[in-house]
Amino acid sequence: MNQETVQRDRPWLMRTYSGHSSAKASNELYRMNLSKGQTGLSVAFDLPTQTGYDSDHPLARGEVGKVGVPIDHIGDMEALFDQIPLDQMNTSMTINATAPWLLALYVAVAERQGVDPAQLQGTTQNDVLKEYLSRGTYIFPPEPSVRLTTDLIAYTVENIPKWNPTNICSYHLQEAGATPTQELAYALSTAIAILDAVKASGQIPEERFPDVVGRISFFVNAGIRFVEETCKLRAFNRMWDAMAEQRYGVEDPKKRRFRYGVQVNSLGLTESQPENNVQRIVLEMLAVTLSKNTRARAIQLPAWNEALGLPRPWDQQWALRMQQVLALETDLLEYGDLLDGSPVVEAKVQELIAGAESEMARVADQGGMVQAIESGYVKRELVQSHTRRMRNIESGELKIVGVNCFEQTAESPLTTGTDSGIMKVDVQAEQQQIAGLQAFRAARDQQVVDRALNALKEAAVGGANIMPSSIDCARAGVTTGEWSEVLREVFGEYRAPTGIDISMAGQTDSAAMDAVRAHVRSTGEELGRPLRLLIGKPGLDGHSNGAEQIAVKGRDAGFEIVYEGIRLTPAQIARAAQEEGVHLIGLSVLSGSHLELVEDIHAELEKIGAASIPLVIGGIIPEDDAQQLKAQGVQAVFTPKDVDMNAIMTTMVDVIRSTNGLAG
Amino acid sequence: MQPLDQEQLVRAIRLRERAALAAALNLLDDKRPASRSSAITLLTKLQAGQSKNNSRLIGITGPPGAGKSSLTAALISVWRQRGLSVGVLAVDPSSPISGGALLGDRLRMKTSSEDDGVFVRSLACRGQFGGLSAEVWPMSLVMLAAFDITLIETVGVGQREIDVADMCDTTCYVAQPGSGDSVQFLKAGILEVPHILVVNKEDMGAVARRTLSELGAAMSREHNEGNWTVPVLSASATKGSGIEALADVMEKHHSVLREQNLIEQRRHHYQGKWILKRLHEEFGSNGLTRLGGVDSTLDQLQTHSSTLFEQYEALRQRLL
Repeated sequence: MNQETVQRDRPWLMRTYSGHSSAKASNELYRMNLSKGQTGLSVAFDLPTQTGYDSDHPLARGEVGKVGVPIDHIGDMEALFDQIPLDQMNTSMTINATAPWLLALYVAVAERQGVDPAQLQGTTQNDVLKEYLSRGTYIFPPEPSVRLTTDLIAYTVENIPKWNPTNICSYHLQEAGATPTQELAYALSTAIAILDAVKASGQIPEERFPDVVGRISFFVNAGIRFVEETCKLRAFNRMWDAMAEQRYGVEDPKKRRFRYGVQVNSLGLTESQPENNVQRIVLEMLAVTLSKNTRARAIQLPAWNEALGLPRPWDQQWALRMQQVLALETDLLEYGDLLDGSPVVEAKVQELIAGAESEMARVADQGGMVQAIESGYVKRELVQSHTRRMRNIESGELKIVGVNCFEQTAESPLTTGTDSGIMKVDVQAEQQQIAGLQAFRAARDQQVVDRALNALKEAAVGGANIMPSSIDCARAGVTTGEWSEVLREVFGEYRAPTGIDISMAGQTDSAAMDAVRAHVRSTGEELGRPLRLLIGKPGLDGHSNGAEQIAVKGRDAGFEIVYEGIRLTPAQIARAAQEEGVHLIGLSVLSGSHLELVEDIHAELEKIGAASIPLVIGGIIPEDDAQQLKAQGVQAVFTPKDVDMNAIMTTMVDVIRSTNGLAG
Repeated sequence: MQPLDQEQLVRAIRLRERAALAAALNLLDDKRPASRSSAITLLTKLQAGQSKNNSRLIGITGPPGAGKSSLTAALISVWRQRGLSVGVLAVDPSSPISGGALLGDRLRMKTSSEDDGVFVRSLACRGQFGGLSAEVWPMSLVMLAAFDITLIETVGVGQREIDVADMCDTTCYVAQPGSGDSVQFLKAGILEVPHILVVNKEDMGAVARRTLSELGAAMSREHNEGNWTVPVLSASATKGSGIEALADVMEKHHSVLREQNLIEQRRHHYQGKWILKRLHEEFGSNGLTRLGGVDSTLDQLQTHSSTLFEQYEALRQRLL
């Protein structure tokens, strides 16, 4: 075929979700990625930035620069985009509770670069509702959170018309266990909650409302069942179009288009035989590209080694090259929609739509998505689905190559290098960031800062749109922690339902499960009382799916479980363990700050006279760190490789036995 | 467990030392024979000194979802502002299949993680469908020795409510606005037991006001014990309204009981019942017959509450 004669579609935006250590280091990474052919940026912020704490806040310890870049103030934001002209860039920011603030900083940096903010293009994720269900970087209760979301939407529709003010996320719902039907239902129910709130806020005149609908975009997951996933996206397309037309009266079909970006599934990526993740990622990418009529607008792929630790630049480059090969080498972009007219696809799409519509009706019956989240309903449904998935993996019904079948492997040359195949964050980064922050605070005009914060507070209390005063704060040199603190003061802080109060499955229990239960019971009898286990999620990391699964499994195995959700301080965990008289503490940490957190928890236990309570930990923990943790006295380290939950339970009982001097 | 120096342990409990409190609660939970006998010694020592202190035992009960934990949290913060220390025993259901349980809503109850004036222990009810888990009563004695206020929080379902109301000096029933439960319970006679009724979530507006007036109309009568008219209050744990008033009413009920010298009497009476129930559980009605029947056993339990646990153990030994 002659290349010149063929009309090819334009490729989607290619991004890599990245950011680490410091604004300066991340800026260097961004410019390198752009020079390799990446066409947009996707900024990963660290957890303190996402949850509204300055880098020198006690809760931020160990988290600064770990899962993303720390942004404390306009100086950091300016350094992040150094030599990157913002009028030519399309920037996606994974930011939710503090989205208005990060957008305010972005606008202020554009001004400093001499760029008209009206020209800015990009996306703020700005979907706090899903944070209550998965991921966990919420700060405020649902009501004020929805208000901040709608303020940002109303502001950009008027002032930054090419901005995508919110990316309604079904991505994280799938990570939390959602089936395709649940993904459709909950994401679209979230969209309804947000659009209705924008409408009710009265900030947008009736005739401009189609512009709001037209700016809503989605952030979707694509799992390994790529045929079903493609059908899911076609279902999304159709349901959104119908909803925009019927519920919101949008006449222009362009403004009813289902626009979405993708990160393909990380949940299914494995730690064992990690090279297999490459083919998983490529197949998942097909799900969101095959069908021209529902092709993704922007794609970011995870690196093959995400389950091991932080990817290195080379790993990210490999992920980008996968996209480039599909878009530029294959003939995919030369054709119209490949799936239109397929009766098989059509039947599956219809089935998904029917399932999603009935689940949406259940949510609507409860008063909508906000109410269904507050009551714990949605979270319980997700935990239930996730538990089902874990059981199926355990029983072998759901096959994962290299994990529960074909486990034998030759040693992988990819993970044997001196760096074990992952990137290490510079341990100096946190100290340097804090020093920079303190210097910045000392140099600014405090009176200007105080005035800006007062104006922010007035807007928060009085109900004026939060964006103008936030942009003033950005210009004045307010910090992330200060901006958030004002709003915390006004709105309060929230703890979301944990969803683990689901009922037991009962009959499907295996012999292995019975054996674990007997082990738990008899050890409890030997120790004189039922075994008690505290599941703790310390630090700012809100990825609670693992902790929830262990809590549910532990309860089913006969443990008395104390679990209180995310974002606990080391002092809270230590004191709860003592007050509750637990036999064991199980920690879950996915942010990479396990070394610091374990050190702090040990210190707290020591301080209150509870150092004899043993500790185990689960998370994304590289082998070297696991050795170090064990040297620090941690009794067992579980990683994504450990998918046999019965074995995890058995290990925990054995730890309790050996620390209490019982025979093994 | 290390053999504990009991005198030292009792002293440390009275000083509210965290490690000692935790160790004592663990000990009372421990079913091994050696632990049982040191538990009995500990309880006897604790009770011997109890008449000196003026601590209060308060029960909070009500249907699931009524906001008991949030209300508890709001009360704790009021009590802390008034300089009172608080120990909480929170009772949660356990699974009948595995025996496992998901416990607690601790964080909702804690005003500050570093506050040594608040101590929360969660308990699974461990198959005790008819009431509170067996450990609640002994554990409450440890809490009473350490804290100004000991609060028992439990999901109210019929019998369990009666049990908590029997055990505590003051029992507060938290009603959920708009749910028919409270009125149903009222008809069933269960709501005659609590000393205070509170309709939570008054911020729900009209629904809450209707429940309040329904309960108010039905409850304007004397409690069957003491000189006490059951008040029906309105509050909102999340908005923080009505909490001071609730704390005031609880304090008033306490002084009414104290004036009539009913507190010792109630606790002693409950402990007798508790012992009978434990004996019945362990040895069945045959065992009680061997001791000479229910009434005779109660008679055998002499009037000094400080030695009741020793007498319990003596009765057990007779049956073993």
